Amino acid sequence: MTQHNDQQAQRKAAMAVLAHAEAGEIAARLRILALPGHQDLREGESGLVMLRGRVGGDGAPFNLGEATVSRAAVRLASGEVGFGYTLGRDREKARLIALCDALAQSRDFGAAVERDVIAPLRQELLARRKQTAAQTAATKVDFYTMVRGEG
Amino acid sequence: MYVAVKGGERAIENAHRLLANARRGDQSVPEVTLDQISEQLGLAVDRVMSEGSLYDRELAALAIKQARGDLIEAIFLVRAFRATLPRFGASEPVDTGAMRVQRRVSSTFKDIPGGQILGPTFDYTHRLLDPTLAEGFVPEEPATGEASTAATPRVTDILGRDGLIESSPQAEEGASVGDLTREPLNFPADRDLRLQNLARGDEGFLLAMGYSTQRGYGRNHPFAGEIRFGEVEVEFFTEDVGFAVPLGAIELTECQMVNQFKGSATEAPCFTRGYGLAFGQSERKTMSMALVDRALRARELGEEVGAPAQDEEFVMSHSDNVQATGFVEHLKLPHYVDFQSELGLLRKLRQEFAEANTAEPMKEAAE
Repeated sequence: MTQHNDQQAQRKAAMAVLAHAEAGEIAARLRILALPGHQDLREGESGLVMLRGRVGGDGAPFNLGEATVSRAAVRLASGEVGFGYTLGRDREKARLIALCDALAQSRDFGAAVERDVIAPLRQELLARRKQTAAQTAATKVDFYTMVRGEG
Repeated sequence: MYVAVKGGERAIENAHRLLANARRGDQSVPEVTLDQISEQLGLAVDRVMSEGSLYDRELAALAIKQARGDLIEAIFLVRAFRATLPRFGASEPVDTGAMRVQRRVSSTFKDIPGGQILGPTFDYTHRLLDPTLAEGFVPEEPATGEASTAATPRVTDILGRDGLIESSPQAEEGASVGDLTREPLNFPADRDLRLQNLARGDEGFLLAMGYSTQRGYGRNHPFAGEIRFGEVEVEFFTEDVGFAVPLGAIELTECQMVNQFKGSATEAPCFTRGYGLAFGQSERKTMSMALVDRALRARELGEEVGAPAQDEEFVMSHSDNVQATGFVEHLKLPHYVDFQSELGLLRKLRQEFAEANTAEPMKEAAE
């Protein structure tokens, strides 16, 4: 059960990185691997997901508005089934995420896809976030209150 | 009502060809690209996504281009597009407390944990037109600072710890979330439906309604407890995968209004809240939304209801600019048959009036 949970956490962490990458970036990384045979279990399709917020940020949920979402499923010749979901209408990106998810579950390819695809994309994502955070930090206010009668 | 008329096909076709040319404008001027709209008119894109109720920057940019910059027309186009796609389901509620904050200000506390962060803002600009922007402007590189790893808790959470502010209403076990795109609106409407309505409501309408509460039509003494803008992660639980799948991140603006007190013989007085949330960087929208959300809670909080912003039927029935524009603009469609019958009635009334007025003097003369 813990092994199952570990794998689930790892798949989720990989998806969280892949969803932020462009299809081209994922495809370029995947070219490094000698991919096993695979087929589309469910062809990519685009649809909507209703995005929910919470009243007051932490209360009961409400429907904020929809987002476009694409999804796909891929099966490796060895049987592993991967799923790809992403914001936006890029069905090819959903297929590539599904392929990565299937590879991540495979005994033979799990380590390689993490090393050659997910890890470098994660580094790039974290670098982008770090840059935004640094630029944001420069706009932080250092308040000082003037006492009446002074200055 | 209007009646369909035939015969204008060629005129319509030619009018649309003319529109396509007018949209393109002078063809010696380069065509605007969707990337340019998305990158350089980003706040227009944010508004179209919010009120079009569809998070997709590229589609919103296309809609703005197609609508020649008419944002309400663009919102209409986006709403029509969303009707063509199947819905996979609903996301897990986003956690705005975990937002990667790019702007976060509070007008109630100077020293908030995580700090006051201005981010990219028009605040404190002098509102003078800048001629250097006219062409070839290259901005300075943004300054950078040491990013803190400290959490940025919501200001309302901090106030809530001491019980100084009411807590957010929690959902009852197994309660469904109201969706006005699926079921017709009934009054009174619960807070979830009201917030959904306001989130897609017209910014100008909400601004005017919020403003009216400040001017005394349903006064509720607001403070901008917190406004934050940044990215939040979205997750979607799906049976096939078996866990909540990360979909990527969206940009949101959240506004927490802190308003004057409620309390009773059994409950200590505390601040009340109004809430605003919208796609993208939509500060004016979320502030207005939070003011109106609070005003619409008048009945629930036992306040006198009398101002327009406190009347949920009035607010919710008139906030949607696609509905409003549909009804206002349909007046320009052919109403020939309707008008003919009104014209007939008017002629009859005028004839009766004339007969009555010519008969009178003759009667007098005869006497």
